[in-house]
Amino acid sequence: MTMLIQDAKLAANIFDAPAQAATRDGFGKGLVEAGDADVRIVALSADLTESTRVEEFKKKFPERFVEVGVAEQNMATVAAGMANYGKLPFITSYAAFSPGRNWEQIRTTIALNDVPVIVCGMHAGVSVGPDGATHQMLEDVALMRAMPNMIVISPCDSEEGRKATLAAAKLGKPVYLRFGREKTPVMTTAETQFEIGKANLLYGGDTSECAIFATGALVYNALLAAKQLESEGVMVSVTNIHTIKPLDRETIVREAKRAGSVVTVEEHQIHGGLGSAIAEVLAEEAPTPIEFIGVRDMYGQSGEPKELIEHYGMGVSHIIAAVKKAAARK
Amino acid sequence: MWKREPVVSSTRYTVLMEALTDAEVKRLENKASAIRQTIIEMLVAAGSGHTAGPLGMADIFTALYFHVLKHDPHNPAWEERDRLILSNGHITPVRYATMAHAGYFPVEECLTLRKFGSRLQGHPERDKLPGVETTSGPLGSGLSQASGYAYAARMDGRTFRVFCAMSDGEQQEGNTWEGAMFAGKYRLSNLTAIMDRNNIQIDGMTEDIMPLEPLRDKYEAFGWHVLEVDGHNIPQFIQACDEASAIAEKPTLILAHTIPGKGIRAIERDYRWHGKPPSKEEAALFLNELRTMEGKVASEHQ
Repeated sequence: MTMLIQDAKLAANIFDAPAQAATRDGFGKGLVEAGDADVRIVALSADLTESTRVEEFKKKFPERFVEVGVAEQNMATVAAGMANYGKLPFITSYAAFSPGRNWEQIRTTIALNDVPVIVCGMHAGVSVGPDGATHQMLEDVALMRAMPNMIVISPCDSEEGRKATLAAAKLGKPVYLRFGREKTPVMTTAETQFEIGKANLLYGGDTSECAIFATGALVYNALLAAKQLESEGVMVSVTNIHTIKPLDRETIVREAKRAGSVVTVEEHQIHGGLGSAIAEVLAEEAPTPIEFIGVRDMYGQSGEPKELIEHYGMGVSHIIAAVKKAAARK
Repeated sequence: MWKREPVVSSTRYTVLMEALTDAEVKRLENKASAIRQTIIEMLVAAGSGHTAGPLGMADIFTALYFHVLKHDPHNPAWEERDRLILSNGHITPVRYATMAHAGYFPVEECLTLRKFGSRLQGHPERDKLPGVETTSGPLGSGLSQASGYAYAARMDGRTFRVFCAMSDGEQQEGNTWEGAMFAGKYRLSNLTAIMDRNNIQIDGMTEDIMPLEPLRDKYEAFGWHVLEVDGHNIPQFIQACDEASAIAEKPTLILAHTIPGKGIRAIERDYRWHGKPPSKEEAALFLNELRTMEGKVASEHQ
């Protein structure tokens, strides 16, 4: 018996043998569905059509697919012009290049200009694996979160990636969608609620001693940690913060107050990411001891995704240790 | 291959493909002089801003807003309007002044340039002032935006034209060439780029700072049709815009050779006037010079 929240309608096999799929796969599906629903949607690719999962959209809507070549700055600015005209462009590349390479173009011509371009950054985090540090984007949330007018979403699994893509298409605002390369557990189902700006409580109850706020595929590690802790008699809550901006302040403050200690979990630098965002809210509204799980001012390196997650301190054991440390600081 | 529909003149601002009368040329030249005077007045009031570029582009902006562009100052969001994307946002005083003279807003509002609460931001913002089309300032991003706009409009079979005014200095930005490559690949014949070839940038002359030539050859190699004009010869510039609209297979670049600071001898060709405004005393002299030169400038092409 675990404290999984029934309302979250998570996959029945979540702790046994959950399906495995990359969040970028969910994006590919969502993009085709969004394209079916709205003829204004166009997809731009910078020579990475297959690995960004735009391939299916390209096949189904060739006249709405635009290849810009290896030119991420051009992709952002061409999309700004298209959105200014009235299209809904999705721009796709690896997060290291977009928004890594084209941040100023996104700032000026998309966010300040306030035109609805959806920036889709694939291969975020160290879990890209063998490609190494150049391709392991760990600063994108900080970059995009600091930008007024920009919505920032980091889906926890493939199904949520699909829903986030559909929701972004309907928003009419600049959006950053963050996706991973690797196959990761599919925790949510078609019935799981997804609303931009509304955090999903997945695990816990009134006796929680620590509130875990997690984003991206590491939500699964947070759930594994919660289950392990529960077997040791330590109750925690786990909230999936899929929307990093705007933050669901109400849920975060409520869970933090209820538990009295907090652990944040993200595959990103601890500077400027989810942990920083939550610390900003809690410092103002409910000062609470916080431990941060994330990369600590280092670049990644080549390796297998799982060993990199462990090496950089984002494994289940690290989350468990952080919970104990945070709870002890109450 | 997509072919553009013939342009149909539909407003009082459009007299495409018709020979300019001497009276019309004189009207435009006087308008340009009035716009230059407004530019000087607004820069003095602002106490900061760029002088040389706006003065140098006054003739071209006059030709655009008073002859070339299909637009309606009382309905800036008119769906069928031609779009003018300003890439080098720092010369926005010339756009503001020209828009005011064209009737978008009162000329007096120009004096709020760069002031707190003004719609006339130091660099233009789409959300602030209807009609400026896009937000710009950081250089090198306008040609790509205009290309994306033109591409999207063509997808829907729209017949308005997209213009992009850009500087020569921003040809040093890589993003400009990415845009040029894109427009060339997709043969965006509904796009006309206008380069203000005034040879100056903040630190000096372009060919000393980072040489740009041969610009014509470069754009032709990127798949563009290139026309070169005297950027102060209004009939010649208008004729180039007409020719650009007749080119069906390629985007067109109008390489407009201009004199930075044109119209005021103390400013002309001096790169030190790129980024500073005149003092009140200087402005009085400059305004007097513009007013006394009006008749003479107008007679040059007669």
